Amino acid sequence: MEINGVHIDETYAEAFGAYAGRVTITACSKTWAYEAARSMTGFGTSVIGCGCEVAIEGIEPTDTPDDRPGVSVLLFAMSKKAVQEQLINRIGQCVMTAPTSACYNALEAEDRLSIGGKLKFFGDGFQISKRFDSRITGNGSSPRRFWRIPVMDGEFIVEDRFGVQKGVAGGNFLLLGRELPATLQAAERAIEVMRKVPGVIMPFPGGVVRSGSKVGSRYKFLNASSNTAFCPSLRRAVKSELPEGVGAVLEIVIDGLTPEAVGEAMRVGIRAACGPGIVKISAGNYGGKLGKHHFHLHQLLAEG
Amino acid sequence: MSPVVLCVKEIPTNIPLEAESISPDLFVERSQGEIEAMPVALGNETYRLSDFFTVEGERSDEIVVEGCAGRVKWIGSGMTRGRVIVHGDVGMHAGSYMRGGEIIVEGNADDFLGVEMQGGLIRVKGNARHRVGAAYRGSKYGMQGGTILVDGNVGHEVGAYMRRGLIVIKGNAEDFLGAMMMTGTICLFGQAGIRTGGGMQKGTIICMRPVDLLPTFAYDCTYAPVFLRILFKELKQFGVECPAQANGLVRRYHGDLADVGKGEILIAA
Repeated sequence: MEINGVHIDETYAEAFGAYAGRVTITACSKTWAYEAARSMTGFGTSVIGCGCEVAIEGIEPTDTPDDRPGVSVLLFAMSKKAVQEQLINRIGQCVMTAPTSACYNALEAEDRLSIGGKLKFFGDGFQISKRFDSRITGNGSSPRRFWRIPVMDGEFIVEDRFGVQKGVAGGNFLLLGRELPATLQAAERAIEVMRKVPGVIMPFPGGVVRSGSKVGSRYKFLNASSNTAFCPSLRRAVKSELPEGVGAVLEIVIDGLTPEAVGEAMRVGIRAACGPGIVKISAGNYGGKLGKHHFHLHQLLAEG
Repeated sequence: MSPVVLCVKEIPTNIPLEAESISPDLFVERSQGEIEAMPVALGNETYRLSDFFTVEGERSDEIVVEGCAGRVKWIGSGMTRGRVIVHGDVGMHAGSYMRGGEIIVEGNADDFLGVEMQGGLIRVKGNARHRVGAAYRGSKYGMQGGTILVDGNVGHEVGAYMRRGLIVIKGNAEDFLGAMMMTGTICLFGQAGIRTGGGMQKGTIICMRPVDLLPTFAYDCTYAPVFLRILFKELKQFGVECPAQANGLVRRYHGDLADVGKGEILIAA
């Protein structure tokens, strides 16, 4: 298969099941909402080293609970407990500390984690609960409880419980380009359109990874190491996956609330990336043995 | 499912009619004949519902009450589902002990509206009298959940001993609003009477007009709590608009310092 003269490898991306949470952060201005969100999503590129994968969702929420400017953040981790720990730490240290901010659940799910119910203790006994009937909040059958925690600029509002659901982490594709500048431009084109897909994040810096990894290493203490098969400088030193003429490889990793969202993001991203300077599009997998979600590139692109 | 329509016939005396049987939970599985045969009390005598109401419809959790029901007590008491629409006034104890569903009163409501309710919604388009959402004498807690919206004025001791829930009053309130309140929220758009929040332990009373506070309330600060934005935004879906003079800034007082003192009265600045 070829798109715009770019060869699409007949392979698939292998992704894993993960648990996901979604929060809406609001503040007095969009600037401060983004400050809080950027702080919260820092050091959240990979579950292996960061404990979770977390990023700002591309689509801004149009309707926030307090009608202030808001930002949506998606967080993925390997267990519900890990989602809870990460949300408590990141909201507590990064959102609560940001001036004028408030933090709300933005994921309706059967399973709900106590987040505000833990952060409330920061109020040292002066925290106040506000529980509004579902008819008031329009929240299905569940009432919503908010905690008002006194802070130095007034009070921090955080929702008591946050929804958690199964999601997909590790959807990916690889851009194999002739040289780095064109490959990076292709990645930027892909990220721009992928951010318009609801329910997905690309957790790496700017959405792009240059240090793709393989499982294991020659060192006992390291579980993952550089994906040497895709490193241009090692073309002659290891069994390389790079065709002749490829001088740079970038990867885009996608986490999503549903397999459909991940597939859609991959589809629009690959289509946008196919352009001058790109030789081939491929994807990373582990032979199908580790992840339960397989995104076959040809199948995805044929659907669109 | 078409509603069961009850039309009030003439009640022969001034003695109020006690009609706890007018509840969606009790109507939903009954035929028209069975509904007509349900008991109501007038003084110490028990009568059939059809002695005082014409009944049309059956097996519905929606009830429409037509005519003058201002002396019919306990309508919707303890209901957990469905809807009761009263085209006119409603008597005492309407929606007391209610746990779910909705009561809409087009006219006025008498005393003890929504007393000790735990869930659901009561909307009164006219005035309501004393002890809305409060506790019965001797009870520990008043309203423990749900929402009461009153478009007009309310009487004394509204929200007394309240523990959770929301009362919104678009008109004025008489004395002892939120007295002995435990938690919950009362929002008053009009003028409050005296001793607002007297003895309150926790909870929030929001007043859009200046209030004569008890000396056991202490001023904290003037600020714009975000939760008010959430509250007013959600109230808009019921057609309750925040008064024009409210700019989000409130003066916060905490009290009642004669008790626990963790309650708050927020007065629009």
